[in-house]
Amino acid sequence: MKLKRMYTLMAMLVMVALIASACAAPAAAPAAEAPATEAVATEAPAAEAAATEAPAEEAAAEAPAADGDVIEIEYWQYNFEARILAMDMLIEQFEAENPGIKVIHNSDIPYDQFRDKIAASVPAGVGPDVVTLYYAWQPAWVAADYIVPLPADVFPPEEVNTQFSPLVQASFQDGQLYTLPTAVRTLALLYNKDLMTAAGLDPEKPPTTVEELEEQAVKCTTFDDAGNYVIMGFPVAMSGQAHHWFREILLRQYGQAPQSEDNRTILWNASQAGYDAWNQLLKFEMELKTGDATLFDGDPNYFLAGQSCFQLDGSFRLGTIANNAPDLNFGVTEIPTANGVKMTFGSYWTHGITNKAAADPARMEAAEKFLKFITTPAAGTLWVAETGELPAQLEAASDPALLADPKLGPFAAGLPYAASTFLVDESVVRQSLIDAYDAVKLNGADPAEELDFAVQTSQELYDEFWAADE
Amino acid sequence: MRISLSQRRVLWAYGFLTVSLIFFITIRWYPTLLAINISFRDWNVLKGAGPWVGLENYRDIWDDLFKPRSAARAAFINTIKYVVYGVPLQMVVSLGVALLLMQIRRLSGFFRAAYFIPYVTSAVAVAFVWNWLYAPQSGLINQVLAWLGMPTQPFLQSPNQALMAITVVAVWQGLGFSIIIFLAGLQQIPEIYYEAARIDGGNGWQIFWRITLPLLNPIIVYLSVLSTISFLRLFALVQNMSPRGAGGPLNSTTTVVLEVYKEGFAKFNMGYAAALTVVLFVIILIITVVQLRLLTRRVEY
Repeated sequence: MKLKRMYTLMAMLVMVALIASACAAPAAAPAAEAPATEAVATEAPAAEAAATEAPAEEAAAEAPAADGDVIEIEYWQYNFEARILAMDMLIEQFEAENPGIKVIHNSDIPYDQFRDKIAASVPAGVGPDVVTLYYAWQPAWVAADYIVPLPADVFPPEEVNTQFSPLVQASFQDGQLYTLPTAVRTLALLYNKDLMTAAGLDPEKPPTTVEELEEQAVKCTTFDDAGNYVIMGFPVAMSGQAHHWFREILLRQYGQAPQSEDNRTILWNASQAGYDAWNQLLKFEMELKTGDATLFDGDPNYFLAGQSCFQLDGSFRLGTIANNAPDLNFGVTEIPTANGVKMTFGSYWTHGITNKAAADPARMEAAEKFLKFITTPAAGTLWVAETGELPAQLEAASDPALLADPKLGPFAAGLPYAASTFLVDESVVRQSLIDAYDAVKLNGADPAEELDFAVQTSQELYDEFWAADE
Repeated sequence: MRISLSQRRVLWAYGFLTVSLIFFITIRWYPTLLAINISFRDWNVLKGAGPWVGLENYRDIWDDLFKPRSAARAAFINTIKYVVYGVPLQMVVSLGVALLLMQIRRLSGFFRAAYFIPYVTSAVAVAFVWNWLYAPQSGLINQVLAWLGMPTQPFLQSPNQALMAITVVAVWQGLGFSIIIFLAGLQQIPEIYYEAARIDGGNGWQIFWRITLPLLNPIIVYLSVLSTISFLRLFALVQNMSPRGAGGPLNSTTTVVLEVYKEGFAKFNMGYAAALTVVLFVIILIITVVQLRLLTRRVEY
């Protein structure tokens, strides 16, 4: 009996100890002030010790290849076939030039889960050293100290200012450069020549104004007897590029800036022009019935399958089409003007270095070398050939052969006048506009009220961000 | 010290219990305690541990519950709807199927297996198949509707139909398990009760209401506890069946667990997400305790 009691007591003691440690562990972390790097430090204690305890022997650590010691760095991007193939080629070239560095390429994460997986990797103490992110995610990632500033000696700001597309200015925050892209993209209008011919339109005269787009999209749209779409003229894909079209293009064409100069206030509904631009966006599906982007397996598969005539998209789609619908007879033209204003949206996926790499000087150096390598003009040229995304370096982007290309040309032509905006968190802004559109479409809600609500939702996020920044 | 045989046996028992105890402590309790701790912090998941903020996350949840269009409010309301629609539907359908399966002798093994397969199928695979069935114009269900001359339905694309459409799939998927448990319960009811009832001239309906259903009471309570909990924790189906996994359209299908995921890993707001988990944990705990009280009540006939 006594023995039994003793075991019970022991078991309880073990439990209490475990519970105590459970409560103590997270409490101790903030005191250390560097919770994220802690995990990394324990992961690679040997390298850490070498770097901190023996700075005199830096030379030895700097040439790991000499004694066959290879540094492994991890690179992550989301799953997009053309980009994976292009990056595999770049990595192969990079490793051939730098035998002391091995790059592990993780590209198995679907686009919709990419941010989630990055987030999940942090507490797990794993994750990338070099990561590809959408330019508009940068503020949130910088605020979390997840990506680190790029050192000015390796990436001189003057070089970025003069050699890279002006769009890349969005990678600077408070004058500090955080990320660099291989490529940039603009939006253009893709059109299916066969469907246009079938609808009695001239496939060599795609729409140049929004009015022409309305007219041609209506002509192109066909229905079956039950009123279902057979061919969609112009489905507006809010979860695709249409929210950019509204925010960055239509608003400006109607004379309303999307945001205040200091990026603190969202101005989508600041004037009647804002509501007019919103109504123009809604008009296609609600009034003209030119298509429903949620049908036929969703955006942009209907265009690839030859079920829609016009598709707003980025040049990266050229790679998808080449791989999945090589026989599609289509053309590309610049974004239609409205009120005589020419406009397109420029954006980019950019590469940053994480605090995981920064925790270890040797890894950081390898990461810097890799980042430098994948942002050269040569990398941009390889990239555009594989993916259709335009080189970020002006030297490669102004290549006459590129501008003369019938498919890439209209995208490249947009570069000089492309606009882009600093976004605090693109995913929230995007969702607020998707919800506003859905509320009008599915619930018959008042368009103006829904736009106001989207502004309110996004503004709350901005207020929070800027309040935390001060 | 000499150890007697019985003491040695006790020692062995504790030895084996320790193994499972360690499992529970490290895999279940430790993360639970961590989650409770995180729920009191302003914790950006990209940044790691954040400062202690007391009840602020809970206050945010409370505020969100009264914001007409907040995702958290929609999540709680939807979760209740899933339970209210899903649990009774699953009970009725699975009991019906179980009763029918009791009647047949031929191929009964085949039917049981057929009903059980969805239960052991990955929710993601199930979600994808049903996504295709529900597809707006090209889906099988809509093609059948069109063939019958009826208007096609948006199903998952409609804020009014999406929740019910997902509930149906969840019920379908959970059916196999409930049927097996009901079958076990039905087989335990002694045949003599039915014989006696038939001799007294009871018809089928009376036999069902007066004998089968009351004697199945413990099974019904047990299954309703389990399926209530499973509907409260609904996640994988919603994440894979709503547009872009966001619990839409317009938050009409989102659940508390999906909001936990979105807050934690999409908005990086781990403190708020952890607080939501704790709230859900407390709700499930209360429901379980209440239902277990009912379950352990001995019913004698």
